[in-house]
Amino acid sequence: MDTTIFLFLLQDGIINGAVYALVAIATVLVFAVTRVILVPQGEFVAFTALTIAALENGRVPATPWLLLALGCLAALSELARHFRDLTLRRVARIVLFDLALPVAMLLLTRTLAPLQLGQAANILLAVALITPMGPMIYRIAFEPIADSSVLVLLMAAFGVHFSLTGLGLLFFGPEGTGTAPLSSASFSLGDLVVTGQSVAVLIVTAVLLILFALFFARTLLGKALRACASNRIGARLVGIPTSAAGQIAFALAALLGAVSGVLVGPLMTVFYDSGFLIGLKAFVAAILGGLVSYPLTVLAALGVGFAEALFSFWASNFKEVLVFTLIIPVLAWRSVYAPHAEETE
Amino acid sequence: MRLPRGPAMASGGALAILIIPFTGLMPDYWITLFNYIGISSLVAIGLVLLTGVGGMTSFGQAAFVGFGAYTTAVLTLHFGLSPWLTLPASLLVTMAVAGLIGAVTVRLSGHYLPLGTIAWGIAFFYLFGNVDWLGAHDGLGGIPPLRLGSHTLIDPREYFVVVWVAVVLAVIATQNLLGGRVGRAIRALRRSARAAEAFGVDSAAAKLMVFVYAAMLAGLAGWLYAHFQRSVSPGPFGINAGTEYLLMAVLGGAGRVYGAILGAAGITFLRDQLQNWLPWLVGNTGNFETVAFGAVLVLILQTASHGLWPVLFGPPPAPTPPRLRDHERLQQSLKERPLQAPGMPLLQALHIRKAFGGLVAVNDVSFEVQSGRIIGLIGPNGAGKSTTFNLITGVLPLSSGQIQFDGQTLRAQTPQRAAALGLGRTFQHVEIVADMSVIENVALGAHLRGTAGLLRAILRLDRAEEARLFANAQRQLERVGLADIAFKPAGTLALGQLRLVEVARALCLDPRLLMLDEPAAGLRVGEKKALARLLREVRSEGISVLLVEHDMDFVMSLADRLVVLDFGTGIAEGVPADIRQDAAVLEAYLGGVS
Repeated sequence: MDTTIFLFLLQDGIINGAVYALVAIATVLVFAVTRVILVPQGEFVAFTALTIAALENGRVPATPWLLLALGCLAALSELARHFRDLTLRRVARIVLFDLALPVAMLLLTRTLAPLQLGQAANILLAVALITPMGPMIYRIAFEPIADSSVLVLLMAAFGVHFSLTGLGLLFFGPEGTGTAPLSSASFSLGDLVVTGQSVAVLIVTAVLLILFALFFARTLLGKALRACASNRIGARLVGIPTSAAGQIAFALAALLGAVSGVLVGPLMTVFYDSGFLIGLKAFVAAILGGLVSYPLTVLAALGVGFAEALFSFWASNFKEVLVFTLIIPVLAWRSVYAPHAEETE
Repeated sequence: MRLPRGPAMASGGALAILIIPFTGLMPDYWITLFNYIGISSLVAIGLVLLTGVGGMTSFGQAAFVGFGAYTTAVLTLHFGLSPWLTLPASLLVTMAVAGLIGAVTVRLSGHYLPLGTIAWGIAFFYLFGNVDWLGAHDGLGGIPPLRLGSHTLIDPREYFVVVWVAVVLAVIATQNLLGGRVGRAIRALRRSARAAEAFGVDSAAAKLMVFVYAAMLAGLAGWLYAHFQRSVSPGPFGINAGTEYLLMAVLGGAGRVYGAILGAAGITFLRDQLQNWLPWLVGNTGNFETVAFGAVLVLILQTASHGLWPVLFGPPPAPTPPRLRDHERLQQSLKERPLQAPGMPLLQALHIRKAFGGLVAVNDVSFEVQSGRIIGLIGPNGAGKSTTFNLITGVLPLSSGQIQFDGQTLRAQTPQRAAALGLGRTFQHVEIVADMSVIENVALGAHLRGTAGLLRAILRLDRAEEARLFANAQRQLERVGLADIAFKPAGTLALGQLRLVEVARALCLDPRLLMLDEPAAGLRVGEKKALARLLREVRSEGISVLLVEHDMDFVMSLADRLVVLDFGTGIAEGVPADIRQDAAVLEAYLGGVS
């Protein structure tokens, strides 16, 4: 392997890794706050890319219908659980967030899509369509079993993943698409051709990571989320509503997933089920980071991206085999050197 | 082999398996469905053992099904071997792979373990799909059917018999395994790993055994699948299938062997019905069945996360006591350790020290325990008594100093080695397996006095030994006065009774040194007197006792010598009468005497 190929692989790895980092950070955040290992995180990524692709072609994407479907389910689920103690406030919130918002988004999408307002509008619309799905999914699937063991939550996450993938096929169809690059500029750096897309990915990722760090370090909401992460009961005792914290964590996860979708759309052909592998690789990074540390997770995500680039050069057929095998020695190492209390029921 | 829950039920079931497919009562469609249910049941039974009993959640069992299926596919297609010969080959390959994977996996802690299984589950899926001689993504077709002489078992009705005989055998083997010595150790590991290890259970080895056993059941399922389907491809061996198997075990009620069959039937049936009805209901536009399947999964978890079996059939039945035939004779045949003459040095702690970072919990402490004596280890809270216990029993490694037992320096002490040397202990915070009966908890103490392994348990060749272990457990329960509640679930007992169960369990080890950590805490006055009487009796048999206790009347009246610790340092040692007068001890307990 000569330097050019190495640098090319490095660039490829860093860009993939940057996307994995965003998804992985979301995984860590959701796990820390709710103990849910969010298997369907990748679906946000794929659905966003597919939504943008539809908008670019001037079609009305199926996404607002999916949002409406999830909103109805969330409304039903919450109404069923709080049937006996319904307050006006709760009903108002359900009507506004679960029903009015999706309907408004539906109307907005139908109005804007044929106008072909351009890339920025497409991206904003797609992100706005995907982000509310996070808290809806939390309320449908996870809030009723918020106090269950990690295992039960993990299986529920798989259930959500199955359903979302099925819905993805239903709403987006089996065809894969790519989206227009964020920037078509490119320049040479020695032998290496650097595309504007790569630079855009890095800048967006870096900015988001910094915003995230500031959010957790400086804002009251960020601190409350950290409190929930380190001790749920303690957080509840000092008046932090853990349900709201869960919804916020899921909203942030969906937002990060959507941004990742914006970034990967131009890099690869995205299918309705492409999210699973993206999510899983991010998840490998999240575990390498021990499901707690954000900086470690980012490093690990870059590592996974680079390892993937190397493996695809050496043994492209066995790329996935190697990436997922990589995790096992690390898990073993973490089990020995970072032991944590056994999960009890 | 003893059949589970009454031979009548089992032989009735066996007869039904042989007759039902040929009565014409069941349409072909159902026969085929039941064949798939049977094949899935095998995987789910393994998972019940692995997840429900052993506490190890695996999303990767489908990969082992794949190893079983691909092994027989390759051997029959490329090498022309008879399918009956490939059965042991399939099992051996699965065993070898599971052994390798398991050696790492079972050491993963907490939720790292299920995550690890997801990782290798996916890795194997892509491996199957990319190896050329496994047919890559297309898989292998034209696998020969099973044969009996010149007769081929192609008819699903005949295959039904093969599949369900395998399921019945798996159920019996698994029940037998759970009822034996290794099964008891595995059940204990999940609820109280500390207790299991303190009585000599090697957790990694026991977990690996279960892991390999579950994988081999999956391998058997793979072999059956390959010769029923007559083709293999990577699809059914991926992570989605692995999740589905896990769901079967959870739906049935993880921890219940029959629940696995119920769960397998429920999921297979559900998926089949969704495939039949959904296109009719909503039109054939997408894979609604995946959507519905995921939704049902979430609903099940939200409404019945303990599974259907307990909902339908109530809590688990009381454990079946092993038959205590020839009670007296058998009891004598359990080997006992020779004990030293009283007054000889047995355990010596020499300048032992334990530091947790900057905190020195035990600082340069020395004392000696002589054979046939009761030594009290006392001191205010935080003095380092329990840490000293943990150092002696190998729960914690020494920072410096050494411990000698019977003249030998203990190097690399582990709880298992401590148990093998004859150090029987109790815990300050009771470590009892709440969902096992009292007598099973006590019999766990005799783990190292038995030798029966997995295979002997499965074949029921361990009955004589089990009877001996249980007779001994019963005798120890009589000594602590709990014989009449031997078969109650341990979780229903009061704290004082649990402490006595722990004493009985420690005695079951046939100890040379009994290490009791606050045994009298939570006991009533009468119970304390009985415990003191018992400890004197134990001493008169030549067993030494090291006693940590806060009840001064209790310990003063009982101990031959006392060792007093304060802030990790030994401040006094001597006979109780002297210790009562010791200025340093009074200072430590009562504060400055001004």
